[in-house]
Amino acid sequence: MPSVSMTVNGKPVTGDVEARTLLVQFLRENLRLTGTHVGCDTSQCGACVVHIDGIAAKSCTTLALQCEGAKITTIEGLAEPNGPLHPMQEAFREHHGLQCGYCTPGMIMAALDIVRRKGNDLDEHTIREQLDGNLCRCTGYHNIVKAIAAGAKAMAKGGAPAQAAE
Amino acid sequence: MYNFTFHRPTTVRQAAGLLSRNPEGKILAGGQSLLPVMKQRLASPSALVDLALVEGMTGVELKGRSVVIGAMTRHADVANSTVLQEAMPGLAAVPGAVGDPQVRNRGTIGGSIANNDPNADYPAACLGLGATIITNKRRIAADDFFTGMFSTALEDGEIITKVSFPIAKKCAYEKFKHPASGFALVGVFVSKRGPDIRVAVTGAGSNGVFRVKTFEEALKKRFAAKSIEGLTIPATGMNEDIHASAEYRAHLVGVLARRALAKANA
Repeated sequence: MPSVSMTVNGKPVTGDVEARTLLVQFLRENLRLTGTHVGCDTSQCGACVVHIDGIAAKSCTTLALQCEGAKITTIEGLAEPNGPLHPMQEAFREHHGLQCGYCTPGMIMAALDIVRRKGNDLDEHTIREQLDGNLCRCTGYHNIVKAIAAGAKAMAKGGAPAQAAE
Repeated sequence: MYNFTFHRPTTVRQAAGLLSRNPEGKILAGGQSLLPVMKQRLASPSALVDLALVEGMTGVELKGRSVVIGAMTRHADVANSTVLQEAMPGLAAVPGAVGDPQVRNRGTIGGSIANNDPNADYPAACLGLGATIITNKRRIAADDFFTGMFSTALEDGEIITKVSFPIAKKCAYEKFKHPASGFALVGVFVSKRGPDIRVAVTGAGSNGVFRVKTFEEALKKRFAAKSIEGLTIPATGMNEDIHASAEYRAHLVGVLARRALAKANA
């Protein structure tokens, strides 16, 4: 069985995987990082979005072996356990940007990628357009859009980088 | 997904060697089309040859009167290339219209072209600009490259390394997005480079991307939406599915061609 090594949320990890193992399976099943979700498993819904070398990708459409040597950030890597939330997480809490919460980790990882690409001052149209790859079946997106705009601003104030610290 | 062996060569030559030793193998570029198809078991390659570690396969550069794009350049990087935005913004808009942001962060131009999905965007741009597809063996004109739905002129063991687009003074892409999948229900790329006028259509034809010679002829007098006013294309040979009838797709070809012409002249 091939072996794969990568850095996940700042920690070096190694595992034996089948070639067909998806990154999301490796994260959830080998590393027990279950914050990254599998929604549709067909690249549509974005519940599985993580950052690969700082860039958002769908981990259900990436092989674990493609990430050999890469730096992966998942939702678990954004804030310390029991520490304060990342400003984007806090904005989702504050603006009630979730109901069932299933899409939320992917939404937040996608939101950070929007900040990386488009900056901290985001208008509603930009956010809605850039959320093309993330589906939410509860909220109607309204509060998610508000949360992302507020989170992006809060990140500028607090100096939080769009890519989590390693 | 059925299992396979996984290879990460560091040169094109090694990659070609791996393909020849694994006749049922496939190249893995960004994986945004191939992996979903493998999950559905519509493809079950015995080996995947990942090109990610092969050097010199990414980047957008100006070469004379052409823009040359490395086959492994991701859609987001092509869309954001300042070189391309200055030289030919009409082409930069094409990768910007593919999939969603996360797919654009992974998917590549070479992968899209080699796959030749009948609803993909890049084939229209290649055919609509008269691009040259450069492989490890030869140079192939776009007119000869796309040979039908999901099929190309690529031979076994042949690997796309670059795509060269001649710079057209006027060009634009217009796409009617399928609202769920983001694929082109119909997409039209138009260009004018000196006397060479091209109108290429994706999404509509049941045999993949094609040129509309009647439109091109009419545009020779004047490269403007008005020149093709009232012209239509027949519905025979158009795709038909639950999303759109053949007649509707044929109708959209005219509408989108006119919009693309307006955009190219703006």
